[in-house]
Formats: sequence, C-alpha cells, structure tokens
Amino acid sequence: MEAPIRAREILGFTLLSLLFFVCRSSPSHNLLISNAERRIDLSSHIVKVYLTLKVENAGSTPTSEILLAFPPTQVDHLATVEALVTKGKRKKTTIVHLDVKPTELPDAPNETKYFTIYLANPLNSGESTTLEVLYLFTHSLEPFPAEIGQSESQLVFYRDSALILSPYHIKQQTTFLKAPSTKVESFTRVEPTNRAGTEMKYGPYEDRPSYSFSPILIHFENNSPFPVVEELVREVEISHWGNLQVTEQYTLVHGGARHKGVFSRVDYQSRPSLNGVSSLRYLLARLPPRVHSVYYRDEIGNISSSHLRTDSRKSELEIEPRYPLFGGWKATFLIGYGLPLQDFLFESSDDRRYLNFTFGCPLLDTVVDKLTVKVVLPEGSKDPSAVVPFPVEQHFETKYSYLDVVGRTVVVMEKKNLVPVHNSHFQVYYTFKPMFMLAEPLMLTTAFFLFFVACVAYLHIDLSIPSMSPRNLPKFRLKYHSPPEIPQITPRHTATFVCRRLPPSVLTLHHPTAGGGCHLISHLTIGPPPCCIMLSLLLLSNSHSLEILVEHLFVAPSP
Amino acid sequence: MAAPETSTAAVPTLHTNNTVRNAFGGVLSFFILLLIGVLAFSIRLFSVIKYESVIHEFDPYFNYRVTQFLTKKGIYDFWNWFDDRTWYPLGRVIGGTVYPGLTLTAGTIWWLLNSLNIPLSVETVCVFTAPIFSAFASWATYLLTKEVKGAGAGLTAAVLLAMVPSYISRSVAGSYDNEAVAIFALIFTFYLYIKTLNTGSLFYATLNSIAYFYMVCSWGGYTFIINLIPMHVLLCIVTGRYSSRLYIAYAPLVVLGTLLAALVPVVGFNAVMTSEHFASFLVFIIIHVVAFVYYIKGILSPKMFKVAVTLVVSVGLAVCCAVIAVLIALVASSPTKGWSGRSLSLLDPTYASKYIPIIASVSEHQPPTWPSYFMDINVLAFLVPAGIIACFLPLTDASSFVVLYIATSVYFSGVMVRLMLVLAPAACITSGIALSEAFDALTGSIKFQLPGVSTDAEVDAGETSSDTTEAQNDEVKAEKPEETSKDRRSKKSKKKEREHVERPSAKAKVKTKAEKKRLLALPLEASAVSLLLLIVLGAFYVVHCVWAAAEAYSAPSIVLTSRSRDGLHVFDDFREAYSWLRHNTDVDDKVASWWDYGYQTTAMANRTVIVDNNTWNNTHIATVGTAMSSPEKAAWEIFHSLDVKYVLVVFGGLVGYPSDDINKFLWMVRIGGGVFPHIKEPDYLRDGQYRIDSQATPTMLNCLMYKLSYYRFVETDGKAYDKVRRTEIGKKYFKLTHFEEVFTTHHWMVRIYKLKAPKNRIRGKTKKSKSKTSSSSSSKTSGTKKKNPWH
Repeated sequence: MEAPIRAREILGFTLLSLLFFVCRSSPSHNLLISNAERRIDLSSHIVKVYLTLKVENAGSTPTSEILLAFPPTQVDHLATVEALVTKGKRKKTTIVHLDVKPTELPDAPNETKYFTIYLANPLNSGESTTLEVLYLFTHSLEPFPAEIGQSESQLVFYRDSALILSPYHIKQQTTFLKAPSTKVESFTRVEPTNRAGTEMKYGPYEDRPSYSFSPILIHFENNSPFPVVEELVREVEISHWGNLQVTEQYTLVHGGARHKGVFSRVDYQSRPSLNGVSSLRYLLARLPPRVHSVYYRDEIGNISSSHLRTDSRKSELEIEPRYPLFGGWKATFLIGYGLPLQDFLFESSDDRRYLNFTFGCPLLDTVVDKLTVKVVLPEGSKDPSAVVPFPVEQHFETKYSYLDVVGRTVVVMEKKNLVPVHNSHFQVYYTFKPMFMLAEPLMLTTAFFLFFVACVAYLHIDLSIPSMSPRNLPKFRLKYHSPPEIPQITPRHTATFVCRRLPPSVLTLHHPTAGGGCHLISHLTIGPPPCCIMLSLLLLSNSHSLEILVEHLFVAPSP
Repeated sequence: MAAPETSTAAVPTLHTNNTVRNAFGGVLSFFILLLIGVLAFSIRLFSVIKYESVIHEFDPYFNYRVTQFLTKKGIYDFWNWFDDRTWYPLGRVIGGTVYPGLTLTAGTIWWLLNSLNIPLSVETVCVFTAPIFSAFASWATYLLTKEVKGAGAGLTAAVLLAMVPSYISRSVAGSYDNEAVAIFALIFTFYLYIKTLNTGSLFYATLNSIAYFYMVCSWGGYTFIINLIPMHVLLCIVTGRYSSRLYIAYAPLVVLGTLLAALVPVVGFNAVMTSEHFASFLVFIIIHVVAFVYYIKGILSPKMFKVAVTLVVSVGLAVCCAVIAVLIALVASSPTKGWSGRSLSLLDPTYASKYIPIIASVSEHQPPTWPSYFMDINVLAFLVPAGIIACFLPLTDASSFVVLYIATSVYFSGVMVRLMLVLAPAACITSGIALSEAFDALTGSIKFQLPGVSTDAEVDAGETSSDTTEAQNDEVKAEKPEETSKDRRSKKSKKKEREHVERPSAKAKVKTKAEKKRLLALPLEASAVSLLLLIVLGAFYVVHCVWAAAEAYSAPSIVLTSRSRDGLHVFDDFREAYSWLRHNTDVDDKVASWWDYGYQTTAMANRTVIVDNNTWNNTHIATVGTAMSSPEKAAWEIFHSLDVKYVLVVFGGLVGYPSDDINKFLWMVRIGGGVFPHIKEPDYLRDGQYRIDSQATPTMLNCLMYKLSYYRFVETDGKAYDKVRRTEIGKKYFKLTHFEEVFTTHHWMVRIYKLKAPKNRIRGKTKKSKSKTSSSSSSKTSGTKKKNPWH
C-alpha cells in the first residue's frame, strides 16, 4: 500500500513544480520550436525516445547551439543523447551527427539539466532546421506492484510529461507512447489524448510556453525480463603472438518486479507460458566473428548450458544462467573468448599500433550500470592513449601476467549507465617493439640453460677437500680370521679391522670371495683414526676365515 | 685383527664398454622415472578432460576453502582462523583442528607461482596438487624399493604405483584431499627410514624426522608410521638384528619426530598423551635397554655379564611392572582408554557400528568387500605373496620392513575401505619386487640357455645389464659407504673407479657364478612362456588401471552426466542450488542440511551451515538428524531455535540419483536417536524394512525429510513414482505449513525450503493437531527441551 501513496506524493510534487515552471517568464531566447514530435518506445526496459524538432531562429543573431532540457529525475537515468540532421533531398540524404554536450546554465529553473546540441552550420535569423534527437532512459520503468508472485505478470509505471520540457516556446507538439502490449491498466489523460491499441497519443498541443510540464503516468504490462548488469569488467589482453583474449565478468540482476514467495519448479516447468513469464531464462551475446575458445563459467565452475553459433559475420553465444532469474535475483558469471589479433590490431600511419575494439557489453538488450574496460597491452609497450567516442574515466594500471618482469600497462576506462548504443568502437594507441616478444622465450631458455650448466658444473667440479694421503694404493686385501674367543664367524657377525695406514676416506668394498661365501656385505662404517672398518657380514654358512677386498677409492690409479 | 694386505691391480683397458653401459643405464632409468612421473600425472587428468577442472566431492571443498583463506589472508591469520560460517552457533577453530599439510603445500605452490608472475588461480593449483604429488609418490616408491631390492624392482614398483587404481581413486585431478600429499609423505618417510637403516647416517635420520613431520601435518594416518616403525624395530631386536644403525634410524625419529609432531596444532600434546603413540615410546625404552645391554656385554666378561643380567632383570622387572601398572591405570581412567574412536574402530572392526553411528555412516569407513580388492589393486593381489617370498630371499632389515608393512596394511585395509590406500603402496612395492625378481630369473635363464652365448659374455652382461642382477645389487650396496662419507666426486669418476674394482674379482667370480646360474636356470621354453604370461598380466593391469582412472574414479560427483540416446546429459543441480543460495539469500542466513553437504555449502554458497563433514560434534549432528526425522512442527521449532532460515535437501527420486537424503535417512534417525531417545529407529521401519511406499509407517510419512523430499512430487508425473526406490510414494498429497519451497533445481536434485516466519505458528498448531501421529506429544515436548541446547 505504500507505493501508491508515494507515487501520489511525487505526482503532487511534480504538479507543484509544474505550476512554478508555468508561472516563470520565458527566457530570452531567440529560438522557437515550430513543430515537435516525440515517440516514446516502452516495449523493453530501455525507454527509447525519438524526438523530431523543427527549430526556427526567430531572433536576429545567428546561433549554432540548441538546448535540450531534462527534469533532474530523468537526467539520472539518461544513458545517451544523440542528435542528427538529415541533409539533402530525397535519395541523396546524408545523415550528419551533431555534437551533444551536457551544459550547466546559471538560471536553470528547478534544477533542470541541459544538453546543448551544436549545429554544424549556424542557424541564421529566420532559418529553420529539423533535428532528429534520440535519447535513452534506463531504470525508468518502475514495477508496480513492486513484488509479484511466480504466476503473476509484471506491471510497470512510466512517468513523463505530456508536454516536452524545453527552454523554448513550442508551437505544436505531439507525443506518442508505445506500450509492449495492449494491456494498459491506466494512463493519465491530458486532453486531447487518444489510445489506439498499444499506442497512446498525447496532443497535438498548440503554443505552449517554455518550461511547460504536465506529468503523466502510464501503468502497463511489460513482461519482458529486465536484464541489468550491475557491474561488468571487460579485460582485453593483447598478445602479439596472434591472440586477443577477452574476459568479461558479469554481475547480472533481474531489474524487474521482485520475486515474492515460493518458487515452484513444478509450476515453472509444466506451465511455462503462465509461470514466470517475466523471468530471465537466457541471454544472447553477440561476439565478433572468428571467435574461438569460448568459455562460460562462474566462481564454482563451468556452466554447461550455453550454445555457440558462428558464421562468417558474427558469432552468437546463447547463455543460460544456472537458474532462471526472477525479479531481484542475481547471478554472476564469466565469459571468456579468444580472437584472432589481425582482426583488431592495426598499425597507424605514425608507426604506432592501435587496437580497435567494441566498448560496450556484448549481451543484447541489457543495461550496464557500471562498465570497466581494461586493455592489457603487451609488456614493453609505451605511450598508451585511448580514443573513446564518449566521455569515460581513464587511468593506467600495471598488471603482471605470465613471467612478466616490468609488468604490462593496462589502460582502464570506466563508464556508468550504458546501453547497447554504446557498443561503438574505441581505439587504444601504443608503440611496441617486436623485440619485446622474444623477452620471455629468451628468459626461459636462459633459465634452463643456466640450470643445465649448473648441473654439468656440479657433476664435474670436485669440491671436496683433498685427502692428506696421496698414497697410490687403490686396494687392500683384508684377511679376516675369527678372533680366538669366537670359534666361528657366525652369520651376521661384525668384523672389525684396524688399518693404521688407511686414511679416513671413502672406501668401497668389493664382493668377498671366501669359501662358503659372504652373501652380502650389508654395511660398512668407518671409525675415527686409526681407521677402524666395521663390517656387518651376512654369511650363508659358517666359516673360519674370509677374504675381503677393500678399495681405497680416493686415489685414482694411473694405468 | 686382520692386517690389510695391499694388492696392485692391473687396470684392463677394454672396459670402457662397461662404463658406457652403466652410464646408459643411469640415464635410461632417469628417463624411465621421468616418464613414470608423466604417467602418474597424466593418468589422473581424465577427470579434467571428461568433466572440467573443478574440485571434487565433499572434503576437498573444505580444503579448497581453507587454501583460499590462506592465500588471501596469510599464514598467521590462517593459524588463528575461527570460522563462524560453520557449526553455527558454535563455530570451528580451523587453525587448530585441521591438518595443515595439504593447504600449506598448495598455498606454497600458489605463492611460488605467483611470485614468478605465473597467475594461476588457487583453484587450478588445488586441482593439480594431487596429480603432481602422485608423481612424487611414485618416485619415492622407486627410492624405497631400490633401497630394499635394487633399482630394477624400484622402477617396476614405481610404474605399478603410478597407476594403481586405489591411489588413483584418491588423487585424480580435483580430488584435493589430505591423502593426495599424505601417501607421498608416507612412502618418503619409509624410504628415509630404510635409508637410515641401511646407512646408519644421522643425516638421513634427521631428514626422516622432517619427512615424518610433513606426514603429521598432512594426515591423521601418521599414526600408522609411528606404530609400524616401532613394530619393525621391535621385530629387528627380537630376531637379533639389533645394530647401531637401527638405533640411529629409530631414536632420533622418536625424539625429533615427537617434538615436531607436537608443533602441529591439531596434534599438539596428543603426540605424547594418546595411546596411539605409546608403542613408539615403549620401543624407545626397549631399544635403549638393548643398546645398553650390548654395550655392557662389550665391556664385561661373559661371567660378570651373566651376574649383571640376573641382577638387572630381577630389579628391572619389578620397576617395569610398577610403571606399566601406573600407565594402565592412567589410560584406563579415560573413557575411551586413550584411544580415539577412529583408531579403536581400526583395532576392533565392530567398534564403530556398535558405538558410533556417525563413523559407521560414512561409506568409506565400512569394511571392504572382496571385489573391491580386485578393483583397487587388481593383479597386485596375486603378486603380493610372491613379493613377500622374494623379500625372504634373503631377509634383510629393509625387506623385513616391507614384509611387516604389507602384513599390517592388509589387516587395516580389511577394516576400512579407506585404508586400502595404505595397502596400495605396500602392494606395489612387493609386487614390484616379485615382478622384477621373476623377470630377472626368467631372462637370466633365457640368456643362459640361448645357444651361441659364451659364458664370459653372459656373466659380463649379467653384471651390467638391466641393473637387476645380483652383481648389480651388490654393487649398489657397495656404493652406499661412498655416499655416506662426504666425498663428492663426480658420478662419472665413481663409475670408472668401480669398473677397476670389478675386474679382478669378476675374473675370480666367473666360475662360481656360471655354476650358480646353471643350477638356477629354467628350461628355455618354460621361461619364455612365463615371461610372456607375465607381460600379459602386466598388460591386463595397465588396461584395468586406465579403465578405472577413466570410468570409475574420475567423476567429480558435484556434476553428474548420463549418456542417453540423444547425447550426453549433464546434471549440474548441486552447483545450481549453491549458486542460487550464494546470490539470492542474505549473506548471514543459516542453511541447514545433512552434514554431507556442509563443506560444499560453505565453500560454494558461502552461507553459514549448522553441521558439516568435519563430524566433531555428535550432538549437533544429532540435532539436525532429529529435526529431519521429526514431524514438521517439531522440526520447525528445532530449526528455528538454531536460527536456521533455509533447509536444503537432496532428492534423487525424479532422475534416479541414488545417494540422496532419503537413502541416507536411516542414518539421520540412528544418529539423532543416539542422542535424543524419543527418535526410535523401529518407528521408521515396517517389519524391519525401510520403505517409503504406502506400507511405510506414519512416522516415516510425516517426518520432515519425507515431506521436504516429496513435496508436490506427485504433480510431475501424476503417480509420484520414485525412480531410486522404484516404487510409488506412500503419501502423495500434502501441504507444508511451516516451510515454503523457495527453490528447486532443474532436475529436482536439490530442494531448498525456507522456514516460515514465527507468526504462522498459531495457525500451524491448529492445523497440525489433526495430523498428530502415533508418537506421543508428551515425549515430544520433553524431547524438544532437550533438543534445544541454546534455549
């Protein structure tokens, strides 16, 4: 119950402000608008407004600036404003895009915001021209009721003015509103108002003074899902080995009426036309042609519900979130793909390279609240600069990727409130010497080379302190007789030899050849000087004596 | 005692050939080892290729989450980490209750890679830790077996271990569990023990303690080491094999190892206070007594020695009796006699099922069946006895250790399926020895029988080829002393020297050797056929291992696939549900589910859970079990008292996924009934049979688990046919009064319900009175009081 009350309050407030506008004396502009036609398309969650203005210079001085006015509530949702002029007659028409820039005026009534259209040729006194203006609003459809159940359809409010807000006097104006379906619950009447099917016509209104405002409210059904990407980070990594790797991180939310109560899978699956009509089941991403290695995953792994269709002109990736998104539900995911570099990287005339890539979000029909585009230049590139057709925030970062030493320069561009119109190309210029491409392979080669050299050196360099005895006596034959107190050398007997002439260095034992046989000499230890050698012998049978060959290994025999 | 005689050796010039052969053998075995490593790594990648690079199952998700925390927050925060996301409202001190070896290893690898600017994600590192460590484990097996029976047996054992299915089952890519690194640590510790035993080097003894420390860090199975090694030491002492090497191998291990083990927070004072470690201390005392006796024996005359022995024995016995009595009294005063439940269930296989349903409920704690032996170690089961016989020819300290290892691990694997993993390396080592000895004998006979091969050449070849012959074995032995003393001369010159030694003796040996060979030689045909059969056996093993790796053990279990006529069908419901929870519930909401899904919920959904797979608090798990087995209202009260907002159940009835909550439900009843006696298992069984069809008991049909699983199930096909239980369910149409369905995944495998707000309670009570079941309300209320320890 709260929402309608609030809506009514706002309405009242706007009406008051309207009075204020109307009472104000018109500004001292020389321009006037002889005819204005406005078409508002409400079929998706992005509100498209096509405005055709016939502007006349009634003053004496030529002017090249035309102001567009927006109420402050709309300006926050304004994604883009474009203006163009058609020139020529009939078949030879050419379209000229005009510059549009936000402007601050000192005496703006009630915080009205302005955009200035700069004409290519100044409009002389008495002349008139026809401007086509397109602007888009996001987040302008307010769901009402704000929360719906699974089987209900989504109804939304749209607020605007029946009269075009303008600092100029408008002689004649008409507004057409197009709803997505014939189900229109209610709409404000400002006579003359007509409704025909899905379209509502306000006007024509004659001779309205500047800053006229007449709020209207339309309540209609809009069952299209409202995919809103709250945050999108696109990372474009250039590798001069021939690949352009794009990684896009999405935080997606369904911006429509919030889901209320239960979600019943059985209803959703058995009656898809009645249940969850406004739910977001899949999204379509339009990717560049020749895309390869596409992946679609989130923080807990691969998402298996996606299809890729490629042809020579474009690639389409159809992705389904893990679960259908109802109003207010969120999902995060990641799309990554590789592209052939030659399609996007070019050399400019001044021997610099530039990347030519699309700026916006590849998902169709989505609003992006915040977009960050990161272009990761190859290591060693210099003087980066970005050229973007609309204002963005820019700064530089450094990123370390595989085996980087100095790091890669990252050009970071940020922009808020994007619509598919922003999918235009931008360029990043930089200089790069191809020598840097070899840095990492060379580094690896050097590292392995050094490793092998170290191995070879270790095997060939004798770091031991040489023994004091240069005796050229490579072998000793040890004769062992059983000591008097033990009648026989029993299996596993430890024999001790005292060799006074032996230096305490490495000894190697060789297979003893005594009768009966020592099967195995399992161990030998060398005591402190005078050198004792303790042998653990494992005999196959008892014997009285055996002969053991001991080699003094340190001294290499000279043949 | 014996005077050294010098003899000059004429160095023959024609032995460069042998040097080259030796060098070739070394390089060859190096490359074979490298290939074994590659094999061990790549055979475990089936899961990544067939599915995706993802963490598997349940416990690995916890380890993964801990590793993420470690890499994000650093080591000190990791030690002090109190996790409030789990065991709500108790929480869990992760740093003090987790074996940190695995996470620290993966964290170190990650840190190392990132400091080299190789930006691999923590997940990737975790996924591939197990395969990397399997390669290490097979190299450790090579070293261990080489110490026991020479390089040939080592290589064979390493190949066998690289692809033994039992080990693969725990170490496929993505199976990021403690066992992944622990098996390597286990084998490597044993290797260092044998190495110390063979060399008597204190250096290796120290390394051994450090390896033991790593093992303690990694896995609770370290108690196997600290019991097996004392057993072996005792065996050596009893069989009269005591030597100073044995002392050096054992005493430092106990002292250093225990000190190091006590540094691991999860072990701490358990390293000296629980019975699992007492055997090592006892043997530590014994070995000192024995060493002392040997010392005394050396300095006293035999007569005096006898007197001393009688004196000491009489006094010593009295003291020992007193000490043992005190110890027994101390141990007996603790309820579990100082043994933890899991260890007790090892010693007494029936212990767990009798007393601890929570241990018995885990399938991997059940005793294995015979087919599982064949599945997990395959032909090794037949080779093991041969290997044991080979170990007795001759029995050395090292080979007696292998025999003891295989004997104990066979016993333990018979108690718990999970410990099949400990058996696998032992089986590989013994089988490697058996195969290598068999090949040795057979190829030797063939070589001997082949006409046209001169005796001289034969012996020559026998000494240098394939490094499995006796001569080579001895050479390996003889090489050891060189390594012990610190002379670091190049391998090449060593080899050269060895050639020079070999020559004169070889000439003398030729005759005896040839005679020996002739006696041992088998007929040519017989040896050729048996050789062929052995190769076929090996081929069979390889085929089986590849099959096991590809088909049986590669499923990550969080994503399921089924092949049908119209292609591969993917069931990704678990992640769908976790992802939904992660994004569409409040960050502090508590989710209740059976404990199997606790780790996954915290890791993937990042939501607080009531119980998880670390089953340390039986009462808490029993509370959830009780709630699941109670009627709706009582369950609502329990959950509400635990501040639970969502209840998650796993239901496989629609697609036929058998390990769902309905199949696990009896364990919930048992565990719940173990703590809260008003839950009685017979109430849920009809004539001792567990069923959910129309014959099921009213208690069963009214319990929360039944209702949450089958809520509106009938609307899918009209009959409510459960594909897992293969029957129509008993109660088809019912409503939920205290819970509402908020999410069900695509294939209905996970269903999430939300607790309705408390204001609905009054309405629920009036409605509920109608559907009151046989269980009396008085016992229910008394149960509720006990059920809510936080009221």
